[in-house]
Amino acid sequence: MAMQVGGDGVRGEQLDEAGTAAPLVADAALAQSGWKPTGRASRSEERAAYLFLSPWIIGSILFLLIPLGWAVWLSFTDEQLLRPGQFVGFDNYARAFGDDPKFYKSIGVTLTWIVIAVPLFLVTGLLVALLLNQKLRGMSFFRTLLYVPAVLSGVAIAVLWFTLLNSDLGAVNQLLRSIGIEDPPNWFQDPDFALWGVAIMGLWGVGTNAIIYLAGLQNIPPDLYEAAAMDGAGPWTKFRYITLPMLSPTMFFLFIGELTAALVIIGPVIVISGAGGAAGPADSLLFYMLLLYRRGFVEGQLGYAAALAWILTVIGLALVYVTFKLEKRFVFYQA
Amino acid sequence: MTDLSAPMRPGRPGRFARLTPRRVAHAAFVYACLLALAAFIILPLGWMLTAALKPANVPVFTFPAEWFPTEYFNFGTFVEALTQPREPYGRYALNSLLLASINIVGAVFSNSLIAYAFARLQFRGKNVLFAAVLATMLLPAPVLLIPQFLLFFNIGWYGTVDGFPAGYLPLTVPAFAGNAFFIFLLRQYMRTIPKELDEAARIDGAGHWTIYTRIILPLSVPALLVVAVFTFLGVWNDFFGPLLYLDDPQWFTVPLALAREVTTVGTEWNIVMAATLVAMLPPLLIYAFTQNKLMGGIASVGIRG
Repeated sequence: MAMQVGGDGVRGEQLDEAGTAAPLVADAALAQSGWKPTGRASRSEERAAYLFLSPWIIGSILFLLIPLGWAVWLSFTDEQLLRPGQFVGFDNYARAFGDDPKFYKSIGVTLTWIVIAVPLFLVTGLLVALLLNQKLRGMSFFRTLLYVPAVLSGVAIAVLWFTLLNSDLGAVNQLLRSIGIEDPPNWFQDPDFALWGVAIMGLWGVGTNAIIYLAGLQNIPPDLYEAAAMDGAGPWTKFRYITLPMLSPTMFFLFIGELTAALVIIGPVIVISGAGGAAGPADSLLFYMLLLYRRGFVEGQLGYAAALAWILTVIGLALVYVTFKLEKRFVFYQA
Repeated sequence: MTDLSAPMRPGRPGRFARLTPRRVAHAAFVYACLLALAAFIILPLGWMLTAALKPANVPVFTFPAEWFPTEYFNFGTFVEALTQPREPYGRYALNSLLLASINIVGAVFSNSLIAYAFARLQFRGKNVLFAAVLATMLLPAPVLLIPQFLLFFNIGWYGTVDGFPAGYLPLTVPAFAGNAFFIFLLRQYMRTIPKELDEAARIDGAGHWTIYTRIILPLSVPALLVVAVFTFLGVWNDFFGPLLYLDDPQWFTVPLALAREVTTVGTEWNIVMAATLVAMLPPLLIYAFTQNKLMGGIASVGIRG
């Protein structure tokens, strides 16, 4: 009982002297002292546990840990698909920033996409969630229906909207013409509209964010609204001073999700523009990941592509860091 | 102005008991918006179905746009999309199903094993290991892409080797190593199963394997179903994995074949639309049958489709 668990380093000595251990001490120290929680059963339990965990331990070493270290090495080599690389120092990084004509273009496209997609999907998701939160008949039907696009194949959705947004035969432009817009956009054939085509495609999946917002909305205690109503608060006041602050943690979660998703967008674009072909007119759809895919897997410059991946990761970390810095100002957490 | 900020609460005596004009206007506004949204979701699908049901000898897309099939009901387009020798989507669908089945077996088996250890067993380093599991969710996928590809490529897990689809190995084997999100989900679920059941079984002489297979697994079926459904959706819809590892069209999956066909010149659009519907149908069916069970999971952890 007199034993103290002091600072690091002291622990082991004390155990040796005392010969017994208080149950508070760290696991490693326990092992040294030969102390067992409940005798033989726990030893076998531990063996069983590591046996049960072995798929994960082996898998993460093989498929995650080793590749992660290898990725660092690769980015400093000129590795190609069928030719092992030589160490080239920072050449790949220098090439990206100084000698790849498409690098800044792809960063520009990706940042433009972030500026379009993140606010668009956050705001529309919230608006739809507010609709779905009304206690009216049939809401579960609308909720189920709006989530449908989220379970569908991204390629199938891309093919569908690629066709719908076809400038001549697509239904969207036919609709626009029939309401009097004689010269509707050419969407994926027009550098000014290609990103908006991708945005419309993304809006089709607005239900995903709406469902997550909806869960947040339903966690807001109704008494807050009742108290506000008694004080004479109108709809806007209630929305501004109750709904928005109470929903800000959900919004923060979605913001991070949309931001990271927008950074690595590639799927629909590969389908639309073809794996090896042009990335939309005037490279208007040359997202960063598409450039990485081209350089790495189409042109086979895997070392350079590994460097591109690290640059993207650093950009992503910087953006997420800024977001977390802003969290304290904009996100309200209930005590 | 319509009040969308607060949910309406019927059943409150007095407040909303009567159908005031304001309340009717509110409901009308909400329904109008929701019907417009529903149209935004359904009409593209109807338009696609209309195109798919057209025979080969009529224009597929006409002006004005046809949102629902009225004139042609040529289900032969689907038969053709599934069986045509050039792009046999039936074969691709079987390939996708094969990959999905192996992945479901792997995911259910490995994740439940791993989650069982975290939920039920005491061992040294448990907290550190569990933190490591969660930390793998933060690893940057673009960075892992190239070394993972090189790893599999260099050990021959790529393309087709002597008629065997070696490229299926990188698309299936990692499922047997578990996945952080599923481990977390199953562990949370298993922790709600009463400990007394394990203890009673242990008194009767049951080992950990028996407790896992006879008690925990049967009681975890609802959570395992969620794992199976998400795994199916992920594999059936996956495009990037097959794009990297498959080179022989014979072993292509549905999304891979579809993506290749739309970029080909001289595509027959009624068949492409039918094939797109083939790609959408299994997820739609599964969603229709399991959506009640899935919605809770989606909302609470915010998994993205």
